[in-house]
Amino acid sequence: MSDITKQSLSELVENIKSKKLSSSEVTKAFVERSEKSKELNAYITEDYANALNKAKKFDEKPDLDLKLPGIPMAVKDLFCTRDLRTTAGSKILNNFVPTYESTVTQNIWNEGAILMGKLNCDEFAMGSSNETSFFGNVQNPIDKNLVPGGSSGGSSSAVAAQLTPITIGTDTGGSIRQPASFTGTVGLKPTYGSCSRYGIVAFASSLDQAGPMAQNVKDCALLHEVISTYDEKDSTSIDFKRNEYSKELTKDIKGKKIGIPKEYRVDGMPKEIEDLWKKGIEYAKDCGAEIIDISLPHTNYALPTYYIVAPAEASSNLARYDGVKYGFRAEGENLIEMYEKTRSEGFGAEVQRRIMIGTYVLSSGYYDAYYLKAQKVRKLIKNDFDEAYKKVDAILTPSTPSSAFKIGEKTNDPVSMYLNDIFTVPVNLAGLPGISIPAGQDAKGYPLGLQIIGKAFDEQNILNIAYAMEDKINFKNNINDWWIK
Amino acid sequence: MSKNKSEYLINRHDNQYEVVIGLEVHAQVTSQSKLFSTSATKFGAEPNTQVSLVDAAFPGMLPVINEYCVKQAIKTGIGLKAKINKRSVFDRKNYFYADLPQGYQISQFKDPIVGEGKVILDMPNGQKEVGIERLHLEQDAGKSIHDLDPKNTFVDLNRSGVALMEIVSKPDLRSPDEVNAYIKKLRSIMRYLGTCDGNMQEGSLRADVNVSVRKKGLKELGTRCEIKNVNSIKFMQMAIEYEANRQVDLIEDGQTINQETRLFDTKKNETRSMRSKEDAHDYRYFPDPDLLPLEVSDDFIENLKSEIPELPDEKKKRFIEKFKLSPYEANILVSDIETSNYFENVIKKSDVKLATNWIIGELFAALNEKNLEITESPISAGNLSKLINLIKDGIISGKIAKTVFEQMMEGDKDPQKIVEEKGLKQVSDPKALEALIDKVIDDNRDKATEYKSGKVKLFGFFVGQVMKVSGGKANPQLVNEILKKKL
Repeated sequence: MSDITKQSLSELVENIKSKKLSSSEVTKAFVERSEKSKELNAYITEDYANALNKAKKFDEKPDLDLKLPGIPMAVKDLFCTRDLRTTAGSKILNNFVPTYESTVTQNIWNEGAILMGKLNCDEFAMGSSNETSFFGNVQNPIDKNLVPGGSSGGSSSAVAAQLTPITIGTDTGGSIRQPASFTGTVGLKPTYGSCSRYGIVAFASSLDQAGPMAQNVKDCALLHEVISTYDEKDSTSIDFKRNEYSKELTKDIKGKKIGIPKEYRVDGMPKEIEDLWKKGIEYAKDCGAEIIDISLPHTNYALPTYYIVAPAEASSNLARYDGVKYGFRAEGENLIEMYEKTRSEGFGAEVQRRIMIGTYVLSSGYYDAYYLKAQKVRKLIKNDFDEAYKKVDAILTPSTPSSAFKIGEKTNDPVSMYLNDIFTVPVNLAGLPGISIPAGQDAKGYPLGLQIIGKAFDEQNILNIAYAMEDKINFKNNINDWWIK
Repeated sequence: MSKNKSEYLINRHDNQYEVVIGLEVHAQVTSQSKLFSTSATKFGAEPNTQVSLVDAAFPGMLPVINEYCVKQAIKTGIGLKAKINKRSVFDRKNYFYADLPQGYQISQFKDPIVGEGKVILDMPNGQKEVGIERLHLEQDAGKSIHDLDPKNTFVDLNRSGVALMEIVSKPDLRSPDEVNAYIKKLRSIMRYLGTCDGNMQEGSLRADVNVSVRKKGLKELGTRCEIKNVNSIKFMQMAIEYEANRQVDLIEDGQTINQETRLFDTKKNETRSMRSKEDAHDYRYFPDPDLLPLEVSDDFIENLKSEIPELPDEKKKRFIEKFKLSPYEANILVSDIETSNYFENVIKKSDVKLATNWIIGELFAALNEKNLEITESPISAGNLSKLINLIKDGIISGKIAKTVFEQMMEGDKDPQKIVEEKGLKQVSDPKALEALIDKVIDDNRDKATEYKSGKVKLFGFFVGQVMKVSGGKANPQLVNEILKKKL
């Protein structure tokens, strides 16, 4: 089987279960392709030898009842992995090897999957293009010098380029959905509280969620089923009845009411995004869904709200990286000097910018005007969705206001970079699930995604809608392996 | 105006100053594990042996509230007759320090778990009520050790994450003595509840002391200074005296007092400025997004109420009413739960009045001399009650009882056996006593004649002689009766 890496997760699972393929064969194929794809810079840390060993062990005593039997997989380097370096894309954790495993990755290994390595990401998941990583830019397999999105840029690049059959990312303001959209892949940001945050390097605790990234909706559903568990170690984890998302997946969405929020028609939105959205509405109708115009009146305030709440939490979450206990330390004459040097040298510019914004908005005298007000607006944004969901079952929007851009194009313009998250951020602020599916290409042939937003805990519903639309859209990614010599 | 006699005032020239004190007491919650992790909290363990990944703030680690600590805080709140807040919020207090691994302390800022309450103090001139502003839960930090190495500081994280209750009083205290009584009362209440062991040597109880002064009669509060982290009552009293006098001197000198944080130097007995208000940290408090607001139900609180034991104030009332103790006696006996338990065990089978006197008198003195706690008393409650019964039943005299008591202090011996072995039984046989008395009168004929001629004072001499001859064993009451007849 020469085309192992072209197979979807579901096909690979099927082939391993029916013993047409061994875990070793599958792992070897993905390792080889990963090794040939160094130019993408998708990996921060490779663990191929261990992966091949684990695959061999799996084959010696295969447990074929598992959901991910012997499936190799690389994960975003924000998940702590026992005995394998975890950097969060930062110099400050360059040498950090956890002695513990995140709940989400543990769930994955418990179902038989095998870790191949750690994928590149924006530093502490702060970025929309993977350009803030200490470990360099990641190439989008769609085209040379194109960003893969961020912060889960290594993840989206690796899935699109078939270096890993599936992966996981984290999404604080769009970090799964935006890179999925930029690479023609599928990415789900689950309801806040669905996946445990235990062992995930924190960016903004009240917004962070781990989620699956895959080549198609079915694979995404299967992986979500594995990673979403209630976890007592995370006080914000929610104990609700979780579906067997892949088994209950259906294309029958007849009569589902899908809302189209007028506020998402933002000024200056490219025509091709507008057209994509219209096309999406037609696809949804074709699937039997009912389209309803809705209003989410506070949408305009989502981005500024996000850029107060997220940096505020981050400024505090990142205080632990001080050179005292682990990670990078720069020597200083005294404690204060050691702190200053460690943190100035250890953190990159974007992380420092957000720590400063966060520190500012929490400072006495500014707290009420910024942080407290942002919390109030956040509530209003959530109320908007609650109101809308009285009328509709899900909401359809574009995933991003543009297709992928060139590396370096927005580096010096943080605000324009932040605007990338304009459609995804409200979903995090409201704690809702959202999925991005590839829905077309722009004139340059770059993928464009549509986002389906669901009610809290209603992942099954948006997966079903995505599954049905995916069938109608019949998207094909144009990837010509330009990076392989 | 007898009350004014005990007022604590500072006199300078023609002015009298009143001292206003408020305390922020940090009490370590009695709990096997920390506030947000499962690490142990034992005192005196090897450095960094009771530290989890959460306590050391490793990446991706999350706090999970320890329900037991929540219960302890609520119980303490009930003991302080305080309002229990059904919804409270944990906030992050952000600052950098080497022994603060997270870079923030998880505390409660706007919405503490316990609201306003009160503590009643028994002062020599009557009762005094001290208001409690609030009680909140928070994490302790680790410990920086600066004196092990000339260049490096060592950090011990065993304390990092240990649960503390910060109990904030209103500025109701007016003297070092009241502070003494307040801390002791607070400690007593928490020890009754089992929520804090109150061990100041081990740092389980320490306080930030806020001091201000004002001219007597003024209503408005003066500018206060906060003396940080004082860990004994004696030091608190010394610090207050020094600080109050310092402030008075400044005012008398026409200067103003700067609101600031000060340290008490126990060696030099003075307070020193640590940082002024302008330099105060901006802690950037905000709700900890890793923790949901803490919500407790009425049932949860009611269940805890049912677990509250009889507290010192109620116990004191009962002792006075039921056992007819004086307020003074009752105060002493209820001051800590071990003493009151001991007392109640002794009186199960013996006379209350005698027991009270023996415990407050002989026992406390003897324990004090040996520097022992009541729980370490060589004399068990059971044996003390036997001793009291021996006195009550006239088997031994009070004087002999003291001898027996001394021997009991050497080891928990049965007083009955001591009396038997040493032949200390009181002589109450009238015939034997008559013989003794006849002999004494015979030996002191001249004195007997003097007595009869009106020198009645000599009666005491004869009693003494009879007691002496009997080796102290003669029943004094009978000796009195018989002597009167014979003389």
